[in-house]
Amino acid sequence: MMRFSTLVRQPAAWMLPEGPHADIVISTRIRLARNLASRPFPGWAKKEERLASLAELQPGVEALPDMADGFSADLTKLDPLQKQVLVERHLISREQAAKGPGSAAVINRAQNLSIMINEEDHLRMQAILPGLDLTRAYGMLDAVDTQLESTLPFAYHNEFGYLTACPTNLGTGLRASTMMHLPGLVLSEQINQVIHSANRIGLAVRGIYGEGTEALAHLFQVSNQNTLGEREREIISRLEKVIEQIIQREHDARQKLLQTNPTKLRDHLGRAYGVLRHAHTIETKEALNFLSMLRLGQDLSLLNPGNRLLIDHLLVEIQPAHLQLAAKKKLSAEERDALRAELLRLHLRNLPEPETTPPTTPPPSQE
Amino acid sequence: MLCDVCQTKEANVFFTQIVNGQVQKVNLCEECSKQKGVTDPTGFALAELLLGMGTTQEKPEAKVTGILCPVCGFSQAEFKRVGRLGCPHCYEALRSDVETVLGNLHKGTRHTGKIPARAAASAAGNRLEALRRDLAKAIDEEKFEDAVRLRDEINALAPTIAPPPSTAS
Repeated sequence: MMRFSTLVRQPAAWMLPEGPHADIVISTRIRLARNLASRPFPGWAKKEERLASLAELQPGVEALPDMADGFSADLTKLDPLQKQVLVERHLISREQAAKGPGSAAVINRAQNLSIMINEEDHLRMQAILPGLDLTRAYGMLDAVDTQLESTLPFAYHNEFGYLTACPTNLGTGLRASTMMHLPGLVLSEQINQVIHSANRIGLAVRGIYGEGTEALAHLFQVSNQNTLGEREREIISRLEKVIEQIIQREHDARQKLLQTNPTKLRDHLGRAYGVLRHAHTIETKEALNFLSMLRLGQDLSLLNPGNRLLIDHLLVEIQPAHLQLAAKKKLSAEERDALRAELLRLHLRNLPEPETTPPTTPPPSQE
Repeated sequence: MLCDVCQTKEANVFFTQIVNGQVQKVNLCEECSKQKGVTDPTGFALAELLLGMGTTQEKPEAKVTGILCPVCGFSQAEFKRVGRLGCPHCYEALRSDVETVLGNLHKGTRHTGKIPARAAASAAGNRLEALRRDLAKAIDEEKFEDAVRLRDEINALAPTIAPPPSTAS
């Protein structure tokens, strides 16, 4: 099994600017919840019982062909900073990071498959891919599930399907979600409408960092709420249709902003560029929001194209645990803000200025 | 007048509380009032509580008569409190409570998705057994048309069933 330092040396697969609709959909995640038939769920299990579940599960999970040469660790063996790095990469959940003895994480080398043992359920398995790629992500995870169920007796009920600690995950145990970059819908104040429409048809839209219009970096997670009564493929295709509509609306909103309010858009971009290139101290929140504007600028060709990889990496690298990992020590909030600014100046030093003149001929002297 | 708590000393601390038009009087001796920490006006509720003379609508603690999961001991009350279950067997033990919440949570109340190979094999195995019984019966009763149909069904189903895994649970 690989070491933590080896694992995090490479970016996670989802951080690469690949996959369908990578401009708007940063990543796709499929999660399946599974439990052992004859053991109490982790939240109700005593410590000894959790350890017994772990002992039953971990060898099988580590032996998966996908996990060959992967990373596996008991959560108690990781320090808080290492756990936080995995959280920032979406490889383990915040809840998992807080768990005590009996919890473990097994992650493959490419970091597109991670299996949490003894989170809320005995197994929380997830596949994360860049771009909008729900069907492929489900295919990967379905194969893993089928391999595991040949040796592990999963709790399954003829009527209720896969049994989970919480009835919200009952049936398929499937949560499909995409992380979307929606600055156009936020700037044009359409995001709340999108959130409400999605809610009405049983989908959840949440800020990745922060909620509603306050969502930092204009990043949102769109996911299914229902897990019972629909087949996996139906859940996925329903979600996919909605996501495609949101993508279309985001494109429209961006074009409209470009046409009706190019000055405002360029001002946002210019300020973001100025601060990120020249600040000497910057908080995560401010950095995330400005990086989001750079990302938008580059997607609208207002900024030199070909920098999405860099921008997407920075969205993760400027976060507190990643900064401290790079610094190889624990830092105070002030030290982090200074280091974050330094990192941004360094990486963006060669980023050409945004275009200052509109690509089309400007109308004659408008005040 | 004797103290309501110790019933021995003379009471010289008097509380009067009116809740919903009902008057409650509590009389304490000096020692008991100090002991109960109810010498200031904010101590009213405390006095009431300590003396068990509550006029409020507070019901006595609901007795734990609720259903328990026979396997893990998880209770109905606990499910109502945390919204999660204790173990897979709770779904049968607390079935009616689970079914109450399912309608609001999901598209349906029956699983229509993936079936683990074990469960599928045992379901198909059960079906096959039933078909064979029916076939024997049809032959006994000389219903040969039915018998032919059943035989074809059995022949179609049998090869799809993998031999049961050696560690079948």
